Formats: sequence, structure tokens, C-alpha cells
Amino acid sequence: MSEHNEQVAGAAQPQAGADGASAPEQDILLDVQHLTKRFAAETNFFGKATSHVQAVDDVSFHIRRGEAFGLVGESGCGKTTVGKMLVNLLRPTSGKIVFDGHDLTAMKPGERKQYCKDIQLIFQDPYASLNPRMRIGDIIAEPILTNNILPKDKVEDRVNELLECVGLANYMRNRYPHEFSGGQRQRVGIARALAVNPKLIVCDEPVSALDVSIQAQVLNLLDDLKEQFGLTYLFIAHGLNVVKHVSDRVGVMYLGKMMEIAPKKALYADPLSPYTQALLSAIPSVDPATKKDRIILEGDVPSPIDPPPGCRFAGRCFAKVEGCDEVMPPLVEVKPNHQCACHRYDEGGPGTAVVA
Amino acid sequence: MSKNEKLATEPAAGAALAVQPVKEKRESIWKDVFAGIVSNKASLISGIFILILVIIALVTKFVPGVLPYDPYAQNLSESLVGPSAAHWFGTDIQGRDIFSRVLVGTQITLTVGLAAVAISLTIGVLLGSIAGYKGGKTDTVIMRVMDMMLAIPSILLAIAIMAALGPGIEKAVVAIGLVSIPEYARIVRSEILSIKENDYVAAARVVGDSNAAIIFRHVLPNVLPSIIVRATLGISTAILDAAALGFLGLGVQPPAAEWGDMLGRGRNELFRAPWLMIFPGLAITLTVLAFNLLGDGIRDGLDPKARKR
Repeated sequence: MSEHNEQVAGAAQPQAGADGASAPEQDILLDVQHLTKRFAAETNFFGKATSHVQAVDDVSFHIRRGEAFGLVGESGCGKTTVGKMLVNLLRPTSGKIVFDGHDLTAMKPGERKQYCKDIQLIFQDPYASLNPRMRIGDIIAEPILTNNILPKDKVEDRVNELLECVGLANYMRNRYPHEFSGGQRQRVGIARALAVNPKLIVCDEPVSALDVSIQAQVLNLLDDLKEQFGLTYLFIAHGLNVVKHVSDRVGVMYLGKMMEIAPKKALYADPLSPYTQALLSAIPSVDPATKKDRIILEGDVPSPIDPPPGCRFAGRCFAKVEGCDEVMPPLVEVKPNHQCACHRYDEGGPGTAVVA
Repeated sequence: MSKNEKLATEPAAGAALAVQPVKEKRESIWKDVFAGIVSNKASLISGIFILILVIIALVTKFVPGVLPYDPYAQNLSESLVGPSAAHWFGTDIQGRDIFSRVLVGTQITLTVGLAAVAISLTIGVLLGSIAGYKGGKTDTVIMRVMDMMLAIPSILLAIAIMAALGPGIEKAVVAIGLVSIPEYARIVRSEILSIKENDYVAAARVVGDSNAAIIFRHVLPNVLPSIIVRATLGISTAILDAAALGFLGLGVQPPAAEWGDMLGRGRNELFRAPWLMIFPGLAITLTVLAFNLLGDGIRDGLDPKARKR
């Protein structure tokens, strides 16, 4: 099955030009291949794992330079775990993270460190992500000093510049985090991520802890910064409307598996995977006159501990066909640039592929 | 790549603020501590009291002439005289002036309290940080050794260490310091276990901080409040432990004056001459109280949230 995936991923890239943006091979900034992370769920007396949580299971996707890739899914689907593996907070169980042509997973810890600053993370909780005993200025200066990016006497100017970039005044430099509001704190978190001139920023639900009026401000800010610094985003979120606003392409995860990857417009207009369809139908409408056909899923998300073979979504799927319970469908390109993992598209579908 | 349209928002609060080029002066950490002590009356008085103790200790050490009596000279004709104009705190069984002895005792008592805490604090915080931060086997090994030390009554362990090192006040300090390491290690470890799960520690790791930088810059400053409180209490324990060792003939050797030792020796004459215990006891109590209140002030000074602006 994994061999199959590789062929598809290889085949997808030359066709990327059809999307409008020309995307030759070297334009791929991040290429995640068969990334898997297992956590020990239970251990026996000797500390050996007897069962595992499959947090992330054989996930492959790529992000082009300058692109914003949205990763959505409900709580516990493994999207944050993917983000944490990218920034080296977790080690993958298997799989490859190829960043800018370098395989990060094959590196020794010391070697990996030099690439750390190229991938930064914006945290979900702006209250927990700032050290309460450090001044804002020191929090932003720390990454610059740690990575020796600027000589010491230039750091202060740089901090002022960064504060201005994120819409904070430079006199706030000497304040402590508790003196700021949630939105302002998140701006500080963004300034810290920008401090090392990263190439890729992983935004881990950066607005879900903020109230709605502030969400828009922070999203606009992220958008502006992307233009200004030519950043690439991996935008993790559980709100489809947030992802719709910021991302160019979207990946949908369910229970550790990537279910569908498509350009934003294609995904929202024509979702292929039954899970994505259900997810999109759950977006509430602002217009009470529009009647929506909501797909109501039955049951709960199954336990990710030692999941059974077959499609992860099979137990709740309304479009189940034969074979769904036996084999997890591979992620195949059903339409140009539109990948989906579903048995319904295996044969006879637009992007004909055969089950491995 | 389609340019995403802007979401309509209220004018961002930051935009209006960014134009003012105001500069706030930044204070050093010592200024923060000082401000914390001054802002609280009790800790200010305690600080002054401790300062006076330090001055007394230094003066009696280098200018012994200022004392009304020689603290070591016996005068059996004035044995067990109660407090009077001549002897403010009375005399002990050998007729030595208790006031002079209490003043001289400041030297040893302060040294013992501070030095013993310094030893246990340094080693305990180091071990606790490593155990809490590293976790796994390192944690198990360090904490099981700490548990073994805790399993033996501390005074017994101190006696055992003294037996190996030999008698003397310096060795008593080392013994007392070593015995209380586990308490600090346990407090620091448990605090670190919760602090290291915070996102700001993860943020430091993402940025590329080394383990040492994370411990010293992000973790330990947040453990500080509980360490300060424990350390100020530890000073009192150390003073009393030193007294206990002295009582057993292992710590302070007579005729040296030390408050705990004076307290222990006065015990026999409790009903006949209560001043033997009252004054050294009062000195210990006030000193311990002063250190505790001062600790509160320091803790508030280091806490950005408690500070008044």
C-alpha cells in the first residue's frame, strides 16, 4: 500500500502546474512522506508497550513555497501531533520529513538543530505559551540571541521592528505577559516566531483561544505577514471557516489518517471524501432561509488504540461499500490535484486507480 | 495563489498604539526584589532586623570590646542572676552574661543557618531539576536515593555523617546541609514536572534553546517562589538542628556561644532560671520569623503579577 502512495505522490507533482501556480520540484518546501507516530497506550510490568495509540498513521502531504496549507480535523485526529513532529517537539515513529531538500528525520539531533529555526510554531494558547516571568522584549529577543542571528547591540532595534510588524508599540517591550490581552499575547507569540526569519511557520490553531472579533484581526495579521516576508504556513485548525479564509490548499484528517487533500476551492465546492462532505455540511449557515442538507453522522470517533484494519471512517460512513472494513484505502489522485482516500473512487472513478 | 480577501475588523488596537515612541525604563532584578521588600511593611522591618543582626555579628567579631562583659568569662559568684540593670538578660549557671552571649551567638547562628541552607539549596535544586526535567531512569535513580535519605530520621543521619566527619561546627553545617537536600530536591522536582509541560517551555525548545538555557531561564524562575519559602523556613530548621547536634556534643563545642546550644543547656534550669531559655529562644524565634517575612517580600518582588506599579 505504501509503495502505491509513493507513485501517486510522484505523479501528482508534474501536474501541479494545472493549478495555476507553477510548481516545479524545487518549489516544494516541505515534503512529508508516510509520517507515523505511535504512542504507547499501555505498558506491561517491564515498561514495554502492549498497545499503541496511532496518533498519526502514514500521512503524506507536501507544501509548496509561499503556500498556506490548511490541516483540518476534529480533536484527536493527530493534526497537532503532525505539527509537533515538524518542529522537533516529537520524534516520528517512522516516515520522512523532507524540508527544503534535507531529510530532517535522518539527521542527528545536533545536525537537526540548524534547521530548527527555519520551522517555527505559533501556539494555540497565548496564555500558556509566554513565560510569565519574562518581559515581552526578552521573549522576542531570546530566539535571536540563541541562534546568534544578530550582534547583541542590534537586537533591541530588531525587537522594536518585530513589535511594530505585529501591531504592538515598542514601549510595550518592558511589560510582562499578564499585562496583555489574549489577542496581544498572540501577537507576541507571532513576533517570537518571526524573530528567526523562518521559512515555514506551523500555526497550531492560533485563533481558537481568542474571541471572534480578535480572531479576524489575528488572521488578517498572519495574512499580511505572509505577503511581507514570503512565508509558508501550515495552518492547523478545527474550524473549516478559519481554514477557508487563510489557506490555499487543505488537507482533511480523520483519526490519524489523511482523508483528502485538495485546493481550497475544489474542496469546498466538491468534497470527495464522505467524511469531508459530512464535515462541510456541519458548517452553520448565517442565512436562516438557506436550508442545508446536514449529514448527521452516527456514533462517535472510535478509539485510536490499535484501530482495526479497513477505512478509519468505515464505522460511521454513510456511503460504505464493500471492502471498506478490510483495507484502508490509499490516498490517490482522483482529479488533478485532488487526492482522496476512499474506496468509492478506486475503480471507474475519474482518477482511476486500483486498490493495492 | 488567490489573495485572500481581508476580514472586516474593528481598527486594530495595536495600530493606534504603535505610533507613540515612548520609552519605559527597565529595572534590574535587584531593584525588583528591593521594591518587593519595601512594598510590604512586615518584610521591610524584617529586612532591617536581619541587617542589624548581620551588623551585630560583624561588630562582635571584629570589635569584641563593645560587649558589656566577656561572653566566655565565668564568674561563679554571680551564677544564675536574673535580668537586672547590670545583666540585662541575666547570667547562666557559670555566671556568664547572657546578653553578651546572645550577641556573640549571632555570629555562629547566622553562619550555620545560612551556610547549611546554601548547601542543601544548591545541591537539592540541582538534583531536583535534573530529576524533574530529564525524567525516566535519571529521575528514578535520583529520587530513590532521596527517598533512602528521607527514610532515615534526619538527626540520626546527621549524627552518622558527623561520626564520619568528626565534631566541629563547620562539619555540623555540612551534615545539616546534606541531610535536608531531599526536601529541596522533592519540591523542585514536583514543581518542574508541572512547569515543563507549559507551552512556553515547548516554545523555547522550538526556538533551539539548550536544556540548560531552558532550565535556568524558563523553568527555575517559575519554581523560585516555592524555593524561597522553603529556604527561609529551612534557616530555622538548620539553626535548631545545629542546636540539637550541639546538645549531643557534636556541633558547637563549649564554651562557644550559639543560641540553640544555650537553649539546650538552659533546659535543666527551666523553672529556677527561665531567662536561660527565654532570651536565646526569643532570638531564634525573631530571626526565623524575620527570614520568613523577608522571604515573602522577595517572592513578591520577583513575581511580576504581585508587583504594584
